[in-house]
Amino acid sequence: MSILSMTKTLFKNLFHGPYTTQYPIKKKDYYERTRGKIEIDIDACIFCSMCQRRCPTGAIQVDKANSSWSIERLSCIQCNYCSEVCPKKCLHMDQQYTSPSFGKVRDEYIKCTNTQSQGES
Amino acid sequence: MGNRTIVPFGPQHPVLPEPIHLDLVLEDEKVVEAIPQIGYIHRGLEKLVEKKDFQQYTYVAERICGICSFMHGMGYCMTIESIMNVEIPERAKFLRTIWAELSRMHSHIMWLGLLADAFGFESLFMQSWKIRERILDIFEETTGGRVIFSVCDIGGVRKDISPETLQKIVGILQLVEKELKELTEVFLRDTSVKARTKGVGVLSKQAAFDLGAVGPMAKASGIELDMRTQGYAAYGQLKFKPITDTKGDSYARTKVRIKEIFQSIDLIQQCVTLIPEGEVKVKVTGNPSGEYFTQIEQPRGEVVYYAKGNGTKFLDRMRVRTPTFANVPALLETLKGCDLADVPILILTIDPCISCTER
Repeated sequence: MSILSMTKTLFKNLFHGPYTTQYPIKKKDYYERTRGKIEIDIDACIFCSMCQRRCPTGAIQVDKANSSWSIERLSCIQCNYCSEVCPKKCLHMDQQYTSPSFGKVRDEYIKCTNTQSQGES
Repeated sequence: MGNRTIVPFGPQHPVLPEPIHLDLVLEDEKVVEAIPQIGYIHRGLEKLVEKKDFQQYTYVAERICGICSFMHGMGYCMTIESIMNVEIPERAKFLRTIWAELSRMHSHIMWLGLLADAFGFESLFMQSWKIRERILDIFEETTGGRVIFSVCDIGGVRKDISPETLQKIVGILQLVEKELKELTEVFLRDTSVKARTKGVGVLSKQAAFDLGAVGPMAKASGIELDMRTQGYAAYGQLKFKPITDTKGDSYARTKVRIKEIFQSIDLIQQCVTLIPEGEVKVKVTGNPSGEYFTQIEQPRGEVVYYAKGNGTKFLDRMRVRTPTFANVPALLETLKGCDLADVPILILTIDPCISCTER
């Protein structure tokens, strides 16, 4: 029987700073394996549609005719399945998560064959 | 006989993390009967097996529950592996055991916090969740996710843990063990905590057996029911004994869960010592044809997975019998005759996971 069982913890916490990270001031350090969002190296993509077929949520769309690869960020569940099946290994997982948005955003990447630029909308 | 009234409890109630509705028939302040109603968060995940192929469904299975997500993925993968006669590498078995035990730890520590919250001990709730954060960091470092890991796959696991990280995990767990000892002293010795849990919601051994209780609910009533003793994954090579108690009250259930946390730490340490070198995944070809059912021990108790394949990449049927569903009859039994003020604690002592139950 005890009524002062929390005393030790109480004193410890009195002299300890906050345990939570003060977010906007101090940024979180991500681990190497942290799954944030899928990134594509569009120049290496061959538009084989393997990622589109394997995606559990159907977030990825590949258009071979227009050389475009697009992803609906809010539908993506960061399972990393697409990057595992990619034959050219042009998909990879970025540690930073998707930035907040007001609506469903589809990020589209277009491979430019005659120019050096890369489109994103 | 006093006045009889019906008090609706839930689906939105401060003590409930997930929606369940109970109609409590009261006689003055005593509960005479409780009528449950579920179905608020049914998502049709079992039906989805017809739309997603059996490999994609691994990610759906993981999302049945946010707390025991790894064990859901593991149970599903084990079922499909059994249908397809796939023998997974030894290292993958140990890695699965490590992640499963870490999941049990974080689930039980979270539950301790929720219990403290239920009887109004807010600082104890904060301390529990502070410790749990260390386990979530281990998950993020080893799998890439804090809640949904996406590491379990048919044929093994998708990521390995390096020996240095394994040693780091053991170091973190030693620290967690020290902190937990301080914290669990409060749960087991504090007068105010004992006043709320001791002798509340007693479930006899016979009643637990008759009502089909599972997990810590059955163990606290003296039934030695632990699916890990069947030796799935690497449990066959580890030394442990199911933890039981005889009292069958809320205090006994708390005690069983606390002891299970320390047991999990011991099991992970055993795994780190015994883990062999080698591959973590074998290539799986073909489609499942046949049926199988698997039982595994989740933090909340025994869970049953059933899958039936027809030789195509889409399964015919996938069924999960979750521990919370099995524990609802036992909960209704403990509610009979209790005070209205004890209802939140009694609901929490079965560790309800409604999203598992309704899928």
